[in-house]
Amino acid sequence: MAGDYLDRLRREGRIVIVGASLAGLRAAETLRAEGFTGELTLIGDEPHEPYDRPPLSKSVLLGMASPRRTELPHRREIDAKWRLGIAATGLDLAAKRVRLADGDEVPYDRLLIATGVRARPWLKEDEARLDGVCLLRTRDDAADLVQRLDAGPRRVFVIGAGFAGSEVASACREKGIPVTVAERAGAPLVGALGGVIGAVAADLQTENGVDLRTHVTVTGLEGDSIGRVRAVHLSDESVVEADVVVVSLGSQRNTEWLTGSGLGAGPRGIACDAGCRAFDFRGIVTDDVFVAGDVARSPHALFGYQFLSLEHWGNAVAQAETAAHNMICHGADRRPHLWMPAFWSSMFGVNIKSVGVPPMGDQLMITQGSLAERRFVGVYGYQGRVIAAVTFDNARWLEFYARQIERGAPFPVEYPTMDRRPENRQPVAADFPDPSLPTHGPTVTLSGYSPADQQLVFHPARH
Amino acid sequence: MPKAPLFRQITDFAHRADPYPLYEELRRTPVLHEEADGPFVISSYWDIEALLHDPRISSDATNLAAAGADELSHSDETGGLPPSFIRLDPPEHDRLRRIANRGFGPPRRPRRIEGMHGELEEIVAGLLDGLGDARQIDLVDQFAYPFPVTVICRLLGVPREDEPRFRAWVDPIVAGLDPDSRTSADSARAAQEARLQLGMYLSGLVEQRTREPRDDLLSDLVTSHGPDGSMTMMEVLATAVLLLIAGHETTVNLITNGMLTLLRHPDVLRRLARDPGLSVRIVEELLRYEPPVQIVPQRTCIADIEVRGVIIPKGSRIWLMLAAGNRDPERFKDPDRFDPDREDIQHLGFGSGVHSCFGAPLARLEAQIALAALARRLENPRLVADPPPYRQNAILRGPRHLEIAFDGLN
Ligand SMILES: Cc1cc2nc3c(=O)[nH]c(=O)nc-3n(C[C@H](O)[C@H](O)[C@H](O)COP(=O)(O)OP(=O)(O)OC[C@H]3O[C@@H](n4cnc5c(N)ncnc54)[C@H](O)[C@@H]3O)c2cc1C
Ligand code: HEM
Repeated sequence: MAGDYLDRLRREGRIVIVGASLAGLRAAETLRAEGFTGELTLIGDEPHEPYDRPPLSKSVLLGMASPRRTELPHRREIDAKWRLGIAATGLDLAAKRVRLADGDEVPYDRLLIATGVRARPWLKEDEARLDGVCLLRTRDDAADLVQRLDAGPRRVFVIGAGFAGSEVASACREKGIPVTVAERAGAPLVGALGGVIGAVAADLQTENGVDLRTHVTVTGLEGDSIGRVRAVHLSDESVVEADVVVVSLGSQRNTEWLTGSGLGAGPRGIACDAGCRAFDFRGIVTDDVFVAGDVARSPHALFGYQFLSLEHWGNAVAQAETAAHNMICHGADRRPHLWMPAFWSSMFGVNIKSVGVPPMGDQLMITQGSLAERRFVGVYGYQGRVIAAVTFDNARWLEFYARQIERGAPFPVEYPTMDRRPENRQPVAADFPDPSLPTHGPTVTLSGYSPADQQLVFHPARH
Repeated sequence: MPKAPLFRQITDFAHRADPYPLYEELRRTPVLHEEADGPFVISSYWDIEALLHDPRISSDATNLAAAGADELSHSDETGGLPPSFIRLDPPEHDRLRRIANRGFGPPRRPRRIEGMHGELEEIVAGLLDGLGDARQIDLVDQFAYPFPVTVICRLLGVPREDEPRFRAWVDPIVAGLDPDSRTSADSARAAQEARLQLGMYLSGLVEQRTREPRDDLLSDLVTSHGPDGSMTMMEVLATAVLLLIAGHETTVNLITNGMLTLLRHPDVLRRLARDPGLSVRIVEELLRYEPPVQIVPQRTCIADIEVRGVIIPKGSRIWLMLAAGNRDPERFKDPDRFDPDREDIQHLGFGSGVHSCFGAPLARLEAQIALAALARRLENPRLVADPPPYRQNAILRGPRHLEIAFDGLN
């Protein structure tokens, strides 16, 4: 009987979590909190206990926190077997086993995949190997970058002005280090927030002394005779000397280890249903494999059932909790992952937050404050509905707009709001780049969803 | 005799000692509107929380359709001085609050409050030592009032010796918030007059700080020249009046309600005596369970809004019943239980949104230090009267006196 099986699973089943970071840890804690007493194994390829990443590009770079001291606080005892420093290399869905890099195999009754993403490296491998070319995803990356910044480089060059790149540039300026930022689009943050807000971000950068180069791409990194990077070549034929280059070109999903497993995993992540159950490559949902965090793509009822990949801290936590709950409960008690997307960042002394899915918006309205003062609420509309909002130093209003999104409130916003400026009565185009043009990683990516779209052919991962 | 409309009972002194059964009744009609000119009374947690973040809700009384008709929020803020930022909307509110904050907290003065820790401990120790051989005290007059007054005076840079003088003005201003409609016109006039007097008194100090700045908040207010510019003299005075009053008329109730609650829960009091660290959780739970500010009455809406299917027309008066929301069973499990071990105490005691309490870090620290010291030092403390006599005020609710007997001072 299903009920018996579930009772046994909760009492003495085996649950394996691959990816021992934010989502993995929070899922483990939720499993225990909800009464799972069986065997719990956490597998992580990093040698560290779970740690927090957002500080790595903020307080850590500023020297206000040590890269070694960002462990995630444990909410409760999880009594797990930890396999740290070992990667999972394969999955046998039929035999229900995870293969490890050391040849071991770990059997499971339920599996949670939370392998997240990694920083997209510089595409030319020999250039990427030059000393001084850095990425920023892990604690070790951050430790290395901090050391280089503390050594007083003559100039730092940041490739890509998404949130991560912009935060690095902000930290450099705060430390008084000259910095150049190159961006393929017309402004920073364009992929995530569109061109109108991007223009504000651009002003912020230039006013804070960033040498911002937009509409350019980096064509090559030049090394010196002993293999250190010394200059960056740009598509406009200019050359910028720099001794640290931070590559901030978005991320790649850690799904290669699942190639050939039969799971619907690929460069865009692992598709799952709203209950966090993974799809196999045929689009049929599995019953014992769950997904959470940055690696997941799941349909969201509030956003037209689009599959959302959200590289957001809060999403990883909420999705992990939902996945863990659904792993050990009866079908009728399953919950959908209905988290309202929310993101925060801080750069150049400005606190930026968003709710909803800004890149879905085609129009934008500044409903409070003003772009010129860099203190405002911007509301994104899509097909006559409020779909997202962003604030610069105005976060206390966001909750209201989150509720407007939940309710499918009409757009444009007709009602008066406090601090509505006369020039902001009409919506403008939000000005997102054509999605077919690649830009450095927007933090939210969308892909269509309708039963007719579904492809039955599986294309192996090509990152 | 027919019962008075519910909203009038809020202001009825008969409910002061225990308003919570009334609040429970209020929550049954989450948007209560009983008379054409009466307020819309909002009593459930999620609605209050939502309205505190709603950009169509205004704190500026000039947006009221029937200005001046509100018995809870009538004009203690006029009378010569411009309104202080608690009665203003963005962007003016934000600008003034940011300037005030330059002297008060991060990023410019991150340690101003934290740095007062030792000083606060000393003031508390001094007050308790000063009790001498007494074995019975009025906690309000001998401790809970003088402590925050001393603190806010030091913080602002107002001479403590002047307290009897400014108390004569503070009392009518606070009484001006008094909800009793029979006296509202008179008390409003008295409050206006008092506010002007207090402003004039403070202007002497402010002028002096303009010439010779010191290490105090008044000096910071007059000398601040940040990205937001500076405050005008009138804005400085309005802000100083706000801080002086908000800085102690609330904390006195937090400490008094706190000790009363602890004496009614002796197990928690004993735990606190052994473990002063527990004061952090106790103070949070107190702000939920017995919030010193029970009602935020100074709100209106600048558009028709809908709450739970009820349309609140533009310009209506709105009362947000913080203390009722704090006991909302839709939000808190077992809401009528005082339980500092609760995992989740996201109370409304300090409000929420852009007007959320400016002085919260100070108020928390004061109450934590005061309650921990009382628990540690009073030997076998007992309530002399339960319930104690209450102050008239329905908004800033708390005992007028709290007689406590004890066996000695540790
Ligand atoms: C510098 C930086 C700043 C950020 N700032 C913000 C911010 O301000 N706001 C915000 O909302 N979000 C921010 N984020 C994003 C946030 O950190 C992520 O959303 C969050 O870490 C996702 O957690 P996760 O557990 O899903 O994935 P991850 O944290 O990526 O964890 C996945 C783990 O799985 C491991 N793994 C991968 N493959 C394998 C394998 N085959 N076998 C075993 N282990 C494997 C990985 O090494 C990693 O340890 C930031 C991220 C970075 C890097
Ligand atoms: C226990 C003590 C306190 C409580 C319960 C309390 C409660 C509150 C509440 C509920 C508000 C919101 C009012 C509204 O939304 O209109 C508020 C605002 C405010 N409080 Fe407090 N307060 C306390 C102590 C203090 C102290 C010690 C200070 C000053 C040092 C202070 C200064 C202020 C100011 C200036 C505002 C207005 C904020 C704004 O409008 O932006 N308060 N307080």
